[in-house]
Amino acid sequence: MLKVIRDLLKYDGRFRIAFIFLIAVVVMIFLSFVSPYDPGKSFVVAMDAPPSLKHIFGTDSRGIDIFWWMTFAVRNSLVMGMITALISRVLAIFVGLIAGYRGGWLDRVLMSINDSFVVLPLLPILILLGFLLRDQMNLFLLGVILGFFGWPYDARLIRSQVLSLKERSFTRTAVYSGTNGFWITFNEHLPFVLPIVFATTINNLLWSIGMEVTLSVLGLSDLTTPSIGTALFWANQHGALVAGNWWWIAAPTLVAIVLFLGLYLLFASINEYIDPRTRLRLIGG
Amino acid sequence: MRQFILRYLIPRFLQFLTIIFVGITVTFIIPRLSPTDPVEAQVSMMMARGESLDPQSVASMRAALTDMYGLSGSPIEQYFAFWGRLFRGDLGPSLANFPAPVSGMIGQAMPYTLSLLIPAVLISWVFGNLFGTWSSYYPKNKILSVVEVLGQAVRPIPYYIVAMVLLVVFAFFIPILPFSGAYDIGTRPSWTLDFILTYLQHSILPAATLILVGFGGWFIGMKSLTSNIISEDYVVYAETTGMKESKILSQYIMRNALLPQITGLAMSLGTVFSGALIMEVVFGFPGIGALTMAAVFRNDYSMIMGIAIYSIIGVAIAVFLMDLIYPLFDPRVRYQ
Repeated sequence: MLKVIRDLLKYDGRFRIAFIFLIAVVVMIFLSFVSPYDPGKSFVVAMDAPPSLKHIFGTDSRGIDIFWWMTFAVRNSLVMGMITALISRVLAIFVGLIAGYRGGWLDRVLMSINDSFVVLPLLPILILLGFLLRDQMNLFLLGVILGFFGWPYDARLIRSQVLSLKERSFTRTAVYSGTNGFWITFNEHLPFVLPIVFATTINNLLWSIGMEVTLSVLGLSDLTTPSIGTALFWANQHGALVAGNWWWIAAPTLVAIVLFLGLYLLFASINEYIDPRTRLRLIGG
Repeated sequence: MRQFILRYLIPRFLQFLTIIFVGITVTFIIPRLSPTDPVEAQVSMMMARGESLDPQSVASMRAALTDMYGLSGSPIEQYFAFWGRLFRGDLGPSLANFPAPVSGMIGQAMPYTLSLLIPAVLISWVFGNLFGTWSSYYPKNKILSVVEVLGQAVRPIPYYIVAMVLLVVFAFFIPILPFSGAYDIGTRPSWTLDFILTYLQHSILPAATLILVGFGGWFIGMKSLTSNIISEDYVVYAETTGMKESKILSQYIMRNALLPQITGLAMSLGTVFSGALIMEVVFGFPGIGALTMAAVFRNDYSMIMGIAIYSIIGVAIAVFLMDLIYPLFDPRVRYQ
């Protein structure tokens, strides 16, 4: 593992940037545990102070230190993204393996539903859902809901992998020696599929955190919990730009860009690493 | 021709129906799974607004709302009634702008969204494909590498944040473009040159958001699709015959990599439409997105429901239309 990271740091520029950005994110997450301020309390510092040494990202109109609030926001957003990733992974693996291995009418039905979910405009549907659950909504529930909508891309990917694995000789050997189909898919095919599942997990995280931002700026999530989306919501709500408090908008935007770029570059880099041909090209082999 | 209809058209049409079926069923199930009763929520909201209502009128209002939400009868009956109302195109009145029908209000906002969305999607697709092809054909070109890095850097950022950054930079720090809206306050929409020019000026930033976020994906997709093609024998042969580079690029390389990108365009429509909604919120562009925002803030349940349903049907139709023109690009489907 360490060796892989060392190699990637040496040969892949994107991985280097991703590494730096994600270290920054991880540091912020750790800092949230030693925060001098309680994220639930407002009016603890001076209001509307621009960035300074004392308050790195400045303070907002609610008397909250933006930097320390953002440490909680990043942590919460990531945790929510991971809940989504976990649930959608389980669904994607399940649907993908079954559709790929069983084939026939089951495959056609599952992929037909799958493609519908890919094509559907999810935002209006999620807005409807968020609107109805507005009073009950919290980050955990949002993560679960997004998980139920975030699986179709990966299910299709896993299915296409299984389709080719199915034709390999070890599958035939297993079938002829009497192993049951369920066991073959989960025991023999799953290990081949897992690297892709891992790479697309990061993509799923990105999607989920992005959706949280979108729903939160519409006011459709639990607005008292710090997250990247709610940070932007409160800044808009207090008219931060009109009032000239540009740092209130800039801080969550900057944190979001670092997080998104870090994760995306990691995804791109890992995706290439998994494919041995591109890996060879990278190290000039 | 018969083969074409049986093997291509009918499966595509079935998929079109499935998309609508899945989407509408999801929007039917969601309100019924939610623990809040929309009728009670609406009634208590009206009470909270301080309107004094006697018990009898509350009861009749409750009955009217139950009827409007299609909540009377067993779930199965409700489901069929729901489809029946959809076929009649009757999505009820807007609750916030009573009694204006939801369909009419969405119809008014739709041209703004479409007039922005369609050109923006096409521009980002065409430019993404062109630059992607060039980038794999001229791997040493400095400008193309810069374009690639920029495109990849914007790609993962959510639409909302890209829109926000563009707004802050080009309307706040360097105020060269208008802050919000689709036309100046005080002008009325009309087909005059003046209005069209203001409209174009107002749509630069919103369109740029959609184009910038979409571009990177098409770029990297085309680059990886063409990376194998550029070393194919027929390309090398074409080069040795001294054929014009532009012809090699368009007829030999792009032509062979275009099909997955067309399928990809159809697959991405739902996501792009969602992105356009949130982009409109940032720029105060008076399309479906702004309508959604207003509906959320004014608790207009029937409007949100209507927008969800129309978006699903709209995207499904767009995908089906793309399936219909696909054979023009793919001779294998045509001559099957």
